[in-house]
Amino acid sequence: MTPVLEARDIVRDYHVPGSLLKRARIVHAVKGVSFAVDQGKTLAIVGESGCGKSTLARIVTMIDPATSGEMLIDGERVDIASDGLTPEMRRKVQIVFQNPYGTLNPRKKIGDILSEPLIINTSMKADERRDMAMAMLKKVGLEEKHYGRYPHMFSGGQRQRVAIARALMLNPRLLVLDEPVSALDLSVQAQVLNLLADLQDEFQLTYVFISHDLSVVRYIADDVMVMYYGEAVEYGSRDEVFSDPKHSYTKTLFAATPRADVDSIKARLARKAA
Amino acid sequence: MTVVELKTTTPPTGLAEFWFYFSRSKGAVIGLAVFLIILFLAIFAAFVAPHSPSIQNREVLLLPPAWAEGGRFTYFLGTDAVGRDILSRLIYGARFSLFIGVVVVSLSVVSGVLVGLIAGYFRGRTDTIIMRVMDIILAFPSLLLALVLVAVLGPGLLNAMIAISLVNLPHFVRLTRAAVMTERTKDYVIASKVAGAGTLRLMFLTILPNCLAPLIVQATLAFSAAILDAAALGFLGMGAQPPTPEWGTMLAEAREFIQRAWWVVTFPGLAILITVLAINLMGDGLRDALDPKLKRS
Amino acid sequence: MSLLEVENLVVEFQTASGPFRAVNGVSLKVNEGEVLAIVGESGSGKSVSMLAAMGLLPWTAKVTADKLQFNGIDLLGMSSSERRRIVGKDIAMIFQEPIASLNPCFTVGFQIEEVLRLHLGLDKAARRARAIELFELVGIPNPAERLSHFPHQMSGGQCQRVMIAIALSCNPKLLIADEPTTALDVTIQKQILDLLMRLQAEHGMGMIIITHNMGVVAETADRVIVQYKGRKIEEADVLSLFESPRSAYTRALLSALPDNATGDRLPTIAEFLTDDQIFAGAVR
Repeated sequence: MTPVLEARDIVRDYHVPGSLLKRARIVHAVKGVSFAVDQGKTLAIVGESGCGKSTLARIVTMIDPATSGEMLIDGERVDIASDGLTPEMRRKVQIVFQNPYGTLNPRKKIGDILSEPLIINTSMKADERRDMAMAMLKKVGLEEKHYGRYPHMFSGGQRQRVAIARALMLNPRLLVLDEPVSALDLSVQAQVLNLLADLQDEFQLTYVFISHDLSVVRYIADDVMVMYYGEAVEYGSRDEVFSDPKHSYTKTLFAATPRADVDSIKARLARKAA
Repeated sequence: MTVVELKTTTPPTGLAEFWFYFSRSKGAVIGLAVFLIILFLAIFAAFVAPHSPSIQNREVLLLPPAWAEGGRFTYFLGTDAVGRDILSRLIYGARFSLFIGVVVVSLSVVSGVLVGLIAGYFRGRTDTIIMRVMDIILAFPSLLLALVLVAVLGPGLLNAMIAISLVNLPHFVRLTRAAVMTERTKDYVIASKVAGAGTLRLMFLTILPNCLAPLIVQATLAFSAAILDAAALGFLGMGAQPPTPEWGTMLAEAREFIQRAWWVVTFPGLAILITVLAINLMGDGLRDALDPKLKRS
Repeated sequence: MSLLEVENLVVEFQTASGPFRAVNGVSLKVNEGEVLAIVGESGSGKSVSMLAAMGLLPWTAKVTADKLQFNGIDLLGMSSSERRRIVGKDIAMIFQEPIASLNPCFTVGFQIEEVLRLHLGLDKAARRARAIELFELVGIPNPAERLSHFPHQMSGGQCQRVMIAIALSCNPKLLIADEPTTALDVTIQKQILDLLMRLQAEHGMGMIIITHNMGVVAETADRVIVQYKGRKIEEADVLSLFESPRSAYTRALLSALPDNATGDRLPTIAEFLTDDQIFAGAVR
């Protein structure tokens, strides 16, 4: 089976222009990263700020081109820098962002936000679009009455649901989730993670899930890639990576994650008493 | 930080919320009221004005206002040197002032927003060239530049309006560009792009509506500036030409009677002052009402 | 003896649509050398209650309490200038956004020395020596050189260290940390938490950590208060809170942790608890 997404040796350099006092220099944001995701699976990309995970997300979503390397979607080679982008390709990959407050256009009603992708990409009639947007609203756990409301009337979790609904309007193959739950409260985070799992089952969606939170990653991922300063230092199935981390950075990362289980608390209190 | 939520069951509509903040400023409400009165007078000038603005009554040259010695109630604010009723001329003049404001603001908003949108969206060399040209326009004293333009185009109300629009242009360009630049990188714009939206759709349907609030405020302030500039050009003989009852032109005609008949100069001056003040107050209120919304969203 | 004692704290905000009660009858106590964690989701009033105790809320807030005592001194009857003398010296506070908490126009050295001058009245040489000593204490490399840096030249983690150094400069008896690591990366969070715990133990300070992160609670607290919509839902020592939570809300909160997921669905609070059920277990 061809993987939905395959990336080979992706490199992304940024040119930082010089000024009076500084010389121009090149920043290597992503240094040769390769991975593949099969249909219906979730690849989690883990790393801290500045590790290049968001740059990689923009390349996969075809917002920015890679400096070099190959990207294949459904076995088809994509190169937006030289060939541009066909509408069919554009529909295959969609994205959900981290910040629920910046992701929806504040001047548009939810219904218009959801139907915009259809207006651009299809020749559907207005009432067809409306029906489809309504159906999608219900699918992500919102109600029909939310159709005519503006984003500022919604909570963070509800906005993130709308963002997910918008991403799904075009029936994408691949959904890039850029820290979709890290700005949400714990209980809302659980709801959104459940929703993502349900939608994956229903539509056989493929996820690239970007996160810094290892507990979320352990819950949702099939494969895990750990990035550190633009390189993939660890890549394997979830169980491999979590049970037997190879790279020292992965080990540091695991050690730094706070543990909320009773045994660790007992150990800490014992250390403190000693 | 803990977010403090409002305990409303139904969120207030946009208009109600706008009025809530706008009406907090007393000055803004007074400004709005005065502006509405002036607007009413201008529209219904033909019914409101006691006399025709251009009929000269040879019997009452330089008649003082009604309350002064020798004044008559039919000529409430007195008459000018050729016997025209000043009140009627002021009422008709309001038409010109408001007309000038509307035309100038529409011209400079449409062109300024367009140019600013292009500069802010495309950045790079286009942006640099546009902004340097705007800097050059800004470097001239505005009235001087308007004078030069009118001198080139020829005096007249239409040319004066074009000149004032051009002088006002850089403010709108800069404001639009700054707003577009901050909105352009926001997630919702990228999301729209990922959904396949083209450049024009992104520029006009996605980004532009989110940049309007500061532009509305600037437009109000430009409205009063335009009235002021037009009056100045009229006073210098480069704007509306006599016998048009334009306030600046009226001042210019009355120059030689400053010593003898104070009312000929005072009332057109007051008319300009009150109108500009009212619109500026209104603009401040608009800013208060629209700006917190910008911060909150 | 308890360091900070708050009884029945109520905070109301005047808003366009009438008064809004952000904190509704919360009582708490911190002892010397004790770490208290206040945990809750957004809107639980956890930050507001501490800001109210410090007198740092805007004038639209109405603060009432039966008792608000620090170290035996009544804070309620105090004028704001008297309160300011205590806040910052004996009570110190660090915030969520380390870079935004520092003034970008001045060097970090100037900012820490300003605090030393205002509260301790040290002379110039002594201030500098103390600032270097503090930077060393919080683990900033090359402290003498770092003093002349501006906040934007330092990373978020370094800025938070500077904030901690400033907070510790007057040897406070109580340190309030409002989401001290939320804006930081996991590895940096670990370093900062370790630093805070080490300093707390060394100085024997009382400490209040406000957080939404159960992991942070588990790693730092002695005692925990769980808040929801301005009310205290549960108070317990850390081990019994995690081992046998009494209230349904705490149980739900803990089971929503992806760590504790059983099967492929996470239980969510809204699915099986209403506000009334949550408040039924509320304590004073």
